[in-house]
Amino acid sequence: MTIRPWLLGLRPRLVLAFVVVALASGTAATAVSYREARNDVLAVAQDAALEQFRDDVVAASASLPYPPDKADLVDFARRLPGNILAEYGNLHTLRLGNYTARTGRWPDVPVDEVFPPRLRQRVRSGGMFFQREILAGRAYLAIGTMLLGSHGASTGVEVYTITGLFDAQQSIERLARSTTRTIVLSLVPAVVLALLAARGVLRPVRLLREGTRRLAAGRLDTRLPVRGSDELADLVSTFNNTAGDLEHSVNRLRQMEADAHRFVADVSHELRTPLAAMTAVTDTLDEEAARLPGDAGAAARLVSSQTQRLAQLVENLIEISRFDAGGARLVLDGEVDLAAAVTAALAARGWLDLVGTGELATDLPSGVTAELDRRRLEVVVANLVGNALRHGAAPVRVAVRGGQEAVELTVSDSGTGLAPEVLPHVFDRFYKADTARTASKGSGLGLAIALENARLHGGAIEAANRPEGGAVFRVVLPRQQPAAVPGRLDAGLEVAE
Amino acid sequence: MAQLWHNRGGARNSAGYVGQVHRVLLIEDDEAVRDGLALALRRQGHEVGTAATGEEGLALLGGSSYDIVVLDLMLPGIDGFEVCRRIARGPGIPVIFCTARGDDFDVVGGLEAGADDYVVKPAQPRVLDARIRAVLRRCDRDSPDRDGGARTAHGDLAIDRAGLTVTRSGRPVALTPTELRVLLELSRAPGRVFSRQQLLETVWEHDYLGDSRLVDACIQRLRAKIEENPSEPVYVQTVRGFGYRFGPL
Repeated sequence: MTIRPWLLGLRPRLVLAFVVVALASGTAATAVSYREARNDVLAVAQDAALEQFRDDVVAASASLPYPPDKADLVDFARRLPGNILAEYGNLHTLRLGNYTARTGRWPDVPVDEVFPPRLRQRVRSGGMFFQREILAGRAYLAIGTMLLGSHGASTGVEVYTITGLFDAQQSIERLARSTTRTIVLSLVPAVVLALLAARGVLRPVRLLREGTRRLAAGRLDTRLPVRGSDELADLVSTFNNTAGDLEHSVNRLRQMEADAHRFVADVSHELRTPLAAMTAVTDTLDEEAARLPGDAGAAARLVSSQTQRLAQLVENLIEISRFDAGGARLVLDGEVDLAAAVTAALAARGWLDLVGTGELATDLPSGVTAELDRRRLEVVVANLVGNALRHGAAPVRVAVRGGQEAVELTVSDSGTGLAPEVLPHVFDRFYKADTARTASKGSGLGLAIALENARLHGGAIEAANRPEGGAVFRVVLPRQQPAAVPGRLDAGLEVAE
Repeated sequence: MAQLWHNRGGARNSAGYVGQVHRVLLIEDDEAVRDGLALALRRQGHEVGTAATGEEGLALLGGSSYDIVVLDLMLPGIDGFEVCRRIARGPGIPVIFCTARGDDFDVVGGLEAGADDYVVKPAQPRVLDARIRAVLRRCDRDSPDRDGGARTAHGDLAIDRAGLTVTRSGRPVALTPTELRVLLELSRAPGRVFSRQQLLETVWEHDYLGDSRLVDACIQRLRAKIEENPSEPVYVQTVRGFGYRFGPL
C-alpha cells in the first residue's frame, strides 16, 4: 500500500503531530485526575456503606440469642435493611429484594457470585471485609462480617449484605464522559492551531515556490515581499538577493553578448563598402590577368578570387548577425512549389549542368508546396548542396517529399559520411570537420545559416549518415506558417498570393 | 522626354565587348565604390557620369542627358529614396538602386519610390550591366510592341501598341517604361493569368529567383495611374495564389 502524496505534505503532518500531542497530553492529564476522583468517590461511598452496615448489624444483633436457631437467624436478617445473607454453621437465610424494585428483578446470578467464596472465607477467618463487584454491568459493594461475642470471641454467625454503588458509578461515568468530552474538545483548538502554524509556514513556502518558478521561466525581475523576521523571512530575503544577483549577471552577460554581436555586425558592415569597391573591379582583374606577365597575372587572379570569397564571408557574417540580433524576418511568397524553387536555386548557381555529368541527381516531384520565404529556401538549398559538392563525393542527390503537415528536403552525398565526433558540431559556426579541408571555399557559416533559416520557418535540419554511406542533411519545414507571420515588411505592397 | 532615352550606336569597349553604349549616371557617396563601378561600367562600354551626393546627381540630370541612373540608397543629404522620387516626378529616367542583401526595408522603399530594378551590394559589374541593359530595352521607344501596332480599347483605357501610349478617358497617362511593359504584357491576352515569375522573366528579364516584390511594386504604381479606384482594381486584377491578369472588364 502506498501513502497518498498529500498525506506527506507539510500541512497534514503538522495537523497529525498537533493532534497526537494534544491527545497524549490530554489523555495523560485526565487519566490521572480521573483515577483520583474515581477513588475518592468510591472511598466515600464504601466508607458510608461500611459504617451503615456496622451500625445496622450492631443494632440487630443485640437481640440475637446465642446459639441461634433457624428462626432466630431469619428474624435477625429481617431486622437488617437491604439484601442480607446470614449464616450460622449449616443454617442460613438469604433475603434479596430491596434492590429488585429498582431494577425490576435481582440479577439472575448464583449466590456464590453475589457473595463470592473468597469474601466469605476471609469473613470466616474473622473481621469485616468488603469486595467491589460488577453484576450485570452495575457496580456493587459486597460486605461481610463475623458477629463477635461479648468478649470479642467469634460467634460463628456471619452476615453479608450487598449494596449498589449506583450513585457513585453514575458520578464516575459522568466524570469519564466529561473527561472524554474535554479531550475531544481540546482537539479542535489543536487542529486550528496546527492549521494556523501550517499556514504561517506554508505561505512563505508557497510564495518561494511561485517565485522560483517565475525565476526559472526567465522572469529575473521576480522579487518576493519579506514579512516578519523569522527564518522563513530570512529565506525570502536570501531568495530576493539571489534573484537580484542572477538578474544582474544575466543582464551583464546579455549586454556583453549583444555588444559582441553588434561589434561583429558593425565590423561586417564596415567591411562591406571597401569590398563593394573591390568587387566592382574583380571582373576587370580577371579579364586583364591573362595579359599580365607571370606572377602579376597569378596575383591578380588570387586577389580577384579571394575578394569574392571575402565578400561572401562578410555577407554570411552580416546574415548570421541579423539572426543573432533577432532581426531576421520571413518574407513569405505564398504557396511555393518546392521543385520549382529548388530547380531555380540550382540553376542560379549553374549546378543544373552537373545533372548532365552525373555529379548531381535530383528527385523533385512537382506539386509539393509549402508556405515559404523563397529567398531563404534558396539559401538553404545553396548552402547544403554547396557543402555536399565541396565535402562529399559525387553523386550528390537532392530530393523533396511532401507530407501532411510538413515538407522534406534531403541533400545527400556518396562520400565517407561524417565522423561521429563531427556530427554534433556540423552546424557550429566556423567548425572545420577536417583540417585537410580548411582550404575549402566555404565560409564556415553556410550550415549555421541554413539551420537558422530553417528554424525561422519553424523547421529544422538534421545531419546524419546514410546506412549505405555518405552524409545526409534532412530539412523539415512546416507546410503552413502561423497566421501572424505574413505581416510582411512590404506592407505597402499588395501581395498576389 | 523621349530624347533622353535615345540609344547610341554600338561601340567596342575596352574589354572587346560589343554592346550598346548607354549614358549612366552613378550616384554613390563612397569614392572607392564609385570609382570601381565607374571603371567597370566603362569597360562594359557605357559612358559614365558620377555624383557623390543626391543633390549633385539631380543637378547633373538637369544639365545633360542620361539614359539611366544607378543610385546608392545610403547617401548624405537627401537620401536615395528622395532622389528616386524626384527623378520619377522630374526627368522620368529609369533608376536602378543598390541595396544591401536582405535589407527588405530598402528594397520595398526603393521600389515604392519608383525605381525600376535593384542590385544587391556588393554589385557584380556583370549583373549591374545586365540589369541596365534589360531596363533600357524596355525603354526602347524605337521598338514597338512585338504584337504589332494594334490599338486596343478596354473600357476607358486605350492602349496604342505602336505609339506606345496609354490614354484614360482620352487623357494621356504617363507611365514609366517598366509600367508600360507590364501593362502591354498583361493586356496582350486579357483574362489570361500571368504569374509573377513569368512577368519577372518577360519584363525584367530576371532568369531565376527574381524578387516578386518588383512585380508587386510596379503593379501598385500602375494601378495608381490607370485605375479609377486603385484599391478595387478593374484593369489589373489580382488572382490570389497565382498572379495577375488584365480584366475581364
